[in-house]
Amino acid sequence: MAYKISYGDSTYVRQADDSVLDTLLAQGIDIPHSCRSGVCQSCLMQALEGVPSEAAQAGLKSTYRAKAYFLACCWYPEEDVVVKLPNTADSAVAATISEIEPLNHNVVRLRLIADKPFDAIAGQHLTLITPHNVARSYSIANVPDEEAYIELHVRVIANGKLSSWLLHEAKTGMAVYLRGPAGECFYVAEDEKNFPIILAGTGTGLAPLLGIARDALRQGHRGDIHLFHGALKPEDLYLVEYLQALSDRYAHFNYTPCVLHGLDGKFYVRGDIQELVVADIADKKNTRIYLCGAPELVNSLKKKVFLAGASLAHIYHDAFLPSK
Amino acid sequence: MTASLYEKLGGEEAVSAAVDIFYRKVLADDRVNYFFDNIDMDRQAAKQKAFLTMVFGGPNNYTGKDMREAHKPLVEKGLNDTHVDVIIEHLGATLKELGVADEDIQQVADIANSVRDDVLNR
Repeated sequence: MAYKISYGDSTYVRQADDSVLDTLLAQGIDIPHSCRSGVCQSCLMQALEGVPSEAAQAGLKSTYRAKAYFLACCWYPEEDVVVKLPNTADSAVAATISEIEPLNHNVVRLRLIADKPFDAIAGQHLTLITPHNVARSYSIANVPDEEAYIELHVRVIANGKLSSWLLHEAKTGMAVYLRGPAGECFYVAEDEKNFPIILAGTGTGLAPLLGIARDALRQGHRGDIHLFHGALKPEDLYLVEYLQALSDRYAHFNYTPCVLHGLDGKFYVRGDIQELVVADIADKKNTRIYLCGAPELVNSLKKKVFLAGASLAHIYHDAFLPSK
Repeated sequence: MTASLYEKLGGEEAVSAAVDIFYRKVLADDRVNYFFDNIDMDRQAAKQKAFLTMVFGGPNNYTGKDMREAHKPLVEKGLNDTHVDVIIEHLGATLKELGVADEDIQQVADIANSVRDDVLNR
C-alpha cells in the first residue's frame, strides 16, 4: 500500500524504500540535509499530521519531540502525513558572526554570538543555517558558558555549499541561524574528577576535543588530560601554539600533535595516532576516552582502545559524517 | 527459591562489567570476530547485555524470534555450531574471570546452549 506525503500545496506518493527526505528531494524540493544518517539533524522537519516514529526522533531535544519535529532522513511513515519545514524562528536561534579567521590552509574558525541563550555544552554539535538555507552540523569548540560566543571550526571543502558561502559571502555582522544543540560527547564531572582523560581526533575533530578539554579544566578536573591531534601532514595541524601554551599553563594537561608524514625533530611526533593513543592508556578501568573526527578513524580507534582494555561505557565518540 | 546468578553477581552493573570482558574476548578471537565487522559496538554491547542478563536469570524479555532474525544474515555467511561453541567458551572464561563457581558456569552454559537452535535458525 502506498502512503502519501503532503508538503506545501502538493501531495506525493512515498515509494516503499524512500524516507520523507528521499521522497521530497526526488520531487526537486530543496530540503536542507547533510549526513542522511540521522546524526547531523540538518533535515529537521515538523509533522502537522501523522506521528513521527521513534527512529525519526532519536536524539532530538524533548522540546523538539513535543512539537512533532522529526528527522526527514529517518522517517518512513506508514500512514498519510502532512509535513513542513520548521519555522526558523521557532526551531532555531538567530546569531551574528563575530569573527571569521583562518586557522590553517583548510580550517576556518567561526565565532558566533547568539541573540538568545543557546544552552550548549562544549563538545556537542549544532546545526548552522546560512541565509541561503544551507544547513551543516558543527561541533562546539569552546566553553560557551564562559565566553559570550560560540566557536566552530569549519573545514573548507572545495565546492562545498557551506564552504563557498563562508569564503565568498560570509562577513562579520552577518546573521545566521543555529539549531540544536545535540550530542552526548561531553565532559561529565563524576568520580571526584580524578580519572584520566584521553582525547583523540584528526582534522576538525579537534574542535569538540578542545571544547571538552577546556570544559574539564574549567570545572577543576584533577586527573591527567591528554589531547592527541593527528594529521597526515604538519600543515594540517592547527592551534598548535595555543595548545602548547595551554599545556604549559596546566601541569596535568598534555598535548601531542602527531603526523603520519613529516620530518623528524619538529614540534610534532611522527607516528600513527592510533598506536600513540593505545600506548597511552594506563588506567584501563577509569580512563575516559573521547574520539572525534573521520568515521573510519573513530570506529577503528574505538575498537582498538576497547580491545586494549578501556571500558565501553567510558568511550565517548562523535564521528563526523560527510555531507551527501 | 535460590538467588539467581544475576543477583549473586550483583545485578545490572555486574552484567555491564561482564559484557566488557566477554565482548572483548569475542572481538579478539579470529575464529569469530569477522562476524562483528562493521557492527555498531554500542548497539552490539546492548544486545549482549540483554543476552547475558537472560542467561544469568535476570529480568528479560527474551524471544527466540529476535534471536533468529538477528542471526539469520550470519547463518547465511556460514555461522555454525563451531562458532556457537566458541562464544559459549568465552562466556565461561568471562565468568571464571569474575570468580563464578564452576557449577554456576555450567548452568549458564546450559541456558546458552538452549538457544543454539534459535541462533542457527533451525
